[in-house]
Amino acid sequence: MSEPAPLTCRELVDLVTDYLEGALPPEDRARFEAHLAGCNGCSNYLRQMRETVRLTGMLREDQIPEAQKERLLSAFRSWRAG
Amino acid sequence: MRASPDDLEIVERLRAGDEATFMDLVERLQPSMLRVARMYVATQAVAEECVQDAWLGVLQGIDRFEGRSSLRTWIFRILVNIAKTRGQREARSVPFASLEGERSDEPTVPAGSFILGGELAGHWSTLPQDWRGVPEDRLLAAETSGVVAAALEDLPAMQAAVIRMRDVLGMSSEEVRNALHLSETNQRVLLHRARARVRRALDDYVAAGKDAEEEP
Repeated sequence: MSEPAPLTCRELVDLVTDYLEGALPPEDRARFEAHLAGCNGCSNYLRQMRETVRLTGMLREDQIPEAQKERLLSAFRSWRAG
Repeated sequence: MRASPDDLEIVERLRAGDEATFMDLVERLQPSMLRVARMYVATQAVAEECVQDAWLGVLQGIDRFEGRSSLRTWIFRILVNIAKTRGQREARSVPFASLEGERSDEPTVPAGSFILGGELAGHWSTLPQDWRGVPEDRLLAAETSGVVAAALEDLPAMQAAVIRMRDVLGMSSEEVRNALHLSETNQRVLLHRARARVRRALDDYVAAGKDAEEEP
C-alpha cells in the first residue's frame, strides 16, 4: 500500500486553519506535522498565523459614539423603570 | 454550549438594573453586532437601528433567558432575527455570494508565493519571514492594532463577522455557528480567509519596517 503523497507548502497553507481548529483527521494531521518538521517556510507561516490570531485577540475596539451610548443608556433606564 | 457562571452573573445584574454591567456588555459586543447586522441590511444606518432594537429585545427578554446557550449566542440570535426580518422587509436581502465579497477560489496567499512547476512545485518561492527576528517594538499590540483594525475594516461582511466573533471576542466555533446559522465548514472557510488577509496585512507592515531599517 503506497503512502499518501507528502504535503506541498501550498497545500499546507490551505489547511492551516483546519489544523489550528483541531479539525484535521489524524492521518492529515500527521502529514501536516511531518511537513512542518522539515520546512522552515511553513513553520514560519504557522507561527505568523498564531501570532496573527493572538494580535487580533488583543484588539480593543473604538469607543462607541457618544450619541449611541446615550440612546442605549436611556433605553436601559426606561426599561428598568417600566 | 450552556451559559457560564459569568454569563449568569451578568444576567442577574441586568435583571437587578445594573447600568454599568449593561454598558460594559454593550461596549464589548457592539462592534461585532454592527458587522453581523450589516450582513443582512443594506446600510450602516439601518444596521445601527437593528443593533439598538436588538439591545431592547435583550432587555425585554432577559427574564426569560434560561442559560441553555451562552449569553452571547442568545444576544446574537436576537440580533440576527431582527436584521434578517428587516433586510427581507426592505426587499434588500443580499445574496449569500455577494456577502462573501470574493470568488470562492481566491487564494489566501498571493499566487506568486509558490513555485509553479518542476520538482519544487508547490514550495515557497520566497520564505515567509520569521517574525521572531523582528524588532520588538514593531509587533507590540499598540503598534499592530491599527494594522489589524484596518485589515478587519476591509473584510467582506461575513468574514468580518466571523473573525470578530471568534478572534476578537473569543467566542467558540459552536457559538458562532449557532448564532449565525453557519455550517462548521462554512464558518471555518470564512475564518480561514479572514485570518489570511489579516496575516497578509501584518506581514506587509513587518516588511515595510524592515525596508525602512535597511535604508541608508
